[in-house]
Amino acid sequence: MTTTQPVHRQLGMTDEEYQSVVDILDREPRPAELAMYSVMWSEHCSYKSSRKHLGRFPTEAPWVVVGPGENAGVVDLGDGWLAAIRIESHNHPSFVEPYQGAATGVGGILRDVFTMGARPIALWDQIRFGPLENPKNRYLLNGVVAGIAGYGNAVGVPTVGGEVEFDPGYDGNPLVNVMCLGILRREQLVLGTAGEPGSVAVLLGKATGRDGIGGASVLASASFDDESGAKRPSVQVGDPFEEKKLIEACLELYEKGLVVGVQDLGAAGLSCATSEPAGRAGVGMEVDLDHVHTREPNMTAPELLMSESQERMMAFVAPHNVDEVLSVAEKWEIDSAVVGEVRSGGTLRITHEGNLVAEVPAATLADNAPLYDRPAERPAWLDEVQARTGPDISRHDPADLLRQLLDDPGIASAAWIYEQYDHMLFLNTVVGPGSDGSLLRIKGTDKALAVSTDGNGVLCYLDPRVGGARLVYEAALNVAVNGARPLALVDNLNFGNPEKPEVMWQFKESVEGISEACEQLGIPVVGGNVSFYNETDGVDINPTPVVGLLGLADPMPSPPPRLSGARPGMDLWLIGPPATGNLAGSATQRLLDGRPGGIPTPPDAAIALAVTDIAVDLAQHAAALHDLSDGGLAVAVAEMAMASECGVVVEVAPDELFCEDGHRFLAAAHPGSIDTSSDMARKIGRFEGKDIVLNGSALSLSEASKLYHQALPRRMAQAT
Amino acid sequence: MVVFPGTNCEHDVVSAIRGLGGEAELVWHRETNLDDFDGIILPGGFAHGDALRTGAIARFSPVMRVVVERADAGTPVLGICNGFQVLCEAGLLPGALIANRDLSFICKYVEVEVTDTSTVLTSAAERGQRLRIPLNSYEGNWVSPDGSGRVVATYVDDPNGSSRQAAAVANETGNVVGIMPHPERATDALLGSNDGEVLLQSFINALVPA
Repeated sequence: MTTTQPVHRQLGMTDEEYQSVVDILDREPRPAELAMYSVMWSEHCSYKSSRKHLGRFPTEAPWVVVGPGENAGVVDLGDGWLAAIRIESHNHPSFVEPYQGAATGVGGILRDVFTMGARPIALWDQIRFGPLENPKNRYLLNGVVAGIAGYGNAVGVPTVGGEVEFDPGYDGNPLVNVMCLGILRREQLVLGTAGEPGSVAVLLGKATGRDGIGGASVLASASFDDESGAKRPSVQVGDPFEEKKLIEACLELYEKGLVVGVQDLGAAGLSCATSEPAGRAGVGMEVDLDHVHTREPNMTAPELLMSESQERMMAFVAPHNVDEVLSVAEKWEIDSAVVGEVRSGGTLRITHEGNLVAEVPAATLADNAPLYDRPAERPAWLDEVQARTGPDISRHDPADLLRQLLDDPGIASAAWIYEQYDHMLFLNTVVGPGSDGSLLRIKGTDKALAVSTDGNGVLCYLDPRVGGARLVYEAALNVAVNGARPLALVDNLNFGNPEKPEVMWQFKESVEGISEACEQLGIPVVGGNVSFYNETDGVDINPTPVVGLLGLADPMPSPPPRLSGARPGMDLWLIGPPATGNLAGSATQRLLDGRPGGIPTPPDAAIALAVTDIAVDLAQHAAALHDLSDGGLAVAVAEMAMASECGVVVEVAPDELFCEDGHRFLAAAHPGSIDTSSDMARKIGRFEGKDIVLNGSALSLSEASKLYHQALPRRMAQAT
Repeated sequence: MVVFPGTNCEHDVVSAIRGLGGEAELVWHRETNLDDFDGIILPGGFAHGDALRTGAIARFSPVMRVVVERADAGTPVLGICNGFQVLCEAGLLPGALIANRDLSFICKYVEVEVTDTSTVLTSAAERGQRLRIPLNSYEGNWVSPDGSGRVVATYVDDPNGSSRQAAAVANETGNVVGIMPHPERATDALLGSNDGEVLLQSFINALVPA
């Protein structure tokens, strides 16, 4: 950024966008006004490149209480219980400053969920890096995991699962996504509205400082180059202790019915927390910045309005409740300040040191953001990539291939990561990390929530539509093997530079694939996030949509099947259609060819529905179930055998072993306990001995376990 | 059940105690009257954000004066994880808790062996009994440079470098005990273990109406 540029360009605005502001106000904007529009109209806040396409998602179902557009999606679980769910990215800050970037990602997603009146009960992290051979990537993984642990553990919300992927496509641009789930009683639901004229705006939580200024515009909505380190001051600094107190204080406010609406201060800070709730309620506001409690002196009005200091909430309160709100804040030892009042008419008026610094139509900050229909075009290079033929695995010994796959850090045990996270707090974690999805009970009921998060940048690189759809089907199967039916989906769409037509095409195709699959399975999309400009030095990441699927098991299987549930003498079943042997985009292909290629097998909705039905049914009585994913059947069999500490002998068609086609899962059960009439179920082996034997090729359990458990710690022990 | 700002295991411990037939209530850290209670538990979490070092601020919370008085008078007092750290800072238990040997947070099941059954936490257990209980801490490494402290349970495989592999430590009279793993997280086989019940049951058994 150079000082010779006009101010609006330094703030990340185009000349046309600046002109729109002038047109709305019918004059040149004041500095504070320009600051507000620049952050609210940033890609990160306004979805200006993606909004046109996001309407494609199916969003309706009878059980959806709050759909996209609020701080989090909310669905009905029955018996007066609701669940709130939201996913976000913190890719750019995590690249610039991994610990704080990841930590504040956790803090932000928590606020989105407890803003709705819910107590956050669990977190999931989806993290992607370049290969660990590069010390920079080890440094980033270390910092990101420490940041998630440092914030999540201390704030007192368990991190119960997630995903990790390593691919050269993320070498210059790691992805750090985080999802949060909360539950609440129906009467505690709160929306991000400013309420009636006369409502009082109370700013709760940490004092405002100069951290994170322009985080949404300068950092999150721009690409990276060699100068990116200079953007570190745009990364916020997290304080989980303040957040913990803020959560408890807000939950007490909701319980006592003291607020009419709440908005968290995340991206775009006070600009967003004043204009959005006012815009939603169709009202205006009077705000006095002199009342904002600050951490440092002499902050200017634009700084106050753009700061993304963490752990802050704006509560809208009826006048007669203000004193009680302030005393709840005092009890929980958080700061509070009355900063404004809701007015009729729709004008947001802001004063600072006695001067009028902004007077704008509140709704225009959110609603009049530019909307771009960016050109989209299928990449020319895709033909060549799709024409690549897969490896010939008949030349490889199955046990030897398995050995190499188990040592792949993207497949191997992630215990090195999740053992740094408190994943047990609240005593809900029935199925925790290291399994297919998570299963969390709702205490005092027979219900449980099953959650799976899935992403696969390589599949989406080869075919974004098929890749996007397969994520949804895989998540649905992961939820089903825990005995649950899908209820709602959230998505985090991580892509490169949307100003490139190829990236825009990838984006549109992925949205289409996710939408088609959701329609087939009857799953509403209740929220999402878009992260563009994941581009460093002109190189875009693999298109990486990540989906988070919430399912309801009612009743919860008790006990549920577990990966560790297989015992000597049990049969091993493969449920699902025969594999095609297609290795396009598989871990095995990347291992043998060093690069992805080919056309991934498309999903089949009818088969998916049949297979998930069988999974939900089997979850009630099978000892162990396991979805086939990276590394295909061979890795899934090995994972079940290792977790159960029991050998297994498998005979299948060679095409089945390493293929990653969808809609397939394993079941371990006592002989005679699985209905053999289904043509989807095939008995393929038996648990016995101390080896994993694949078509006569054996790998000892002890060697497999050593590879699988050491792959990540061994690499992370190298110096960064 | 004392709640400091930043405590986060209080609801889990309350539900575990109630599940075993005990009665439990939360008490905010500014409270100075604990006359209605027969025993005191300091649950896990991050009291006062672990500012300066774990437990360093919590020991100055108003409630701690009464906790010390009651402990000296023989009331059963249990500190779990962060509560253990607070008890050490308050001088009710010997030694201190420092960062884990490998300098990373550890959340996993560990096996502990009961080595002393004459304390309020272990009276219902048998000497040599092995229990599978989740550990969840960064500063879980108990050190006692002068060799003082009654170790009442040890780790079977030392996860964090603690002196004498100590997982739980008592004062001389056995009425004040600190334990680093979380017994309340091992009170339901559905979640993986109910081995913690014997410890919390011991504590409930030790309560004598004040």
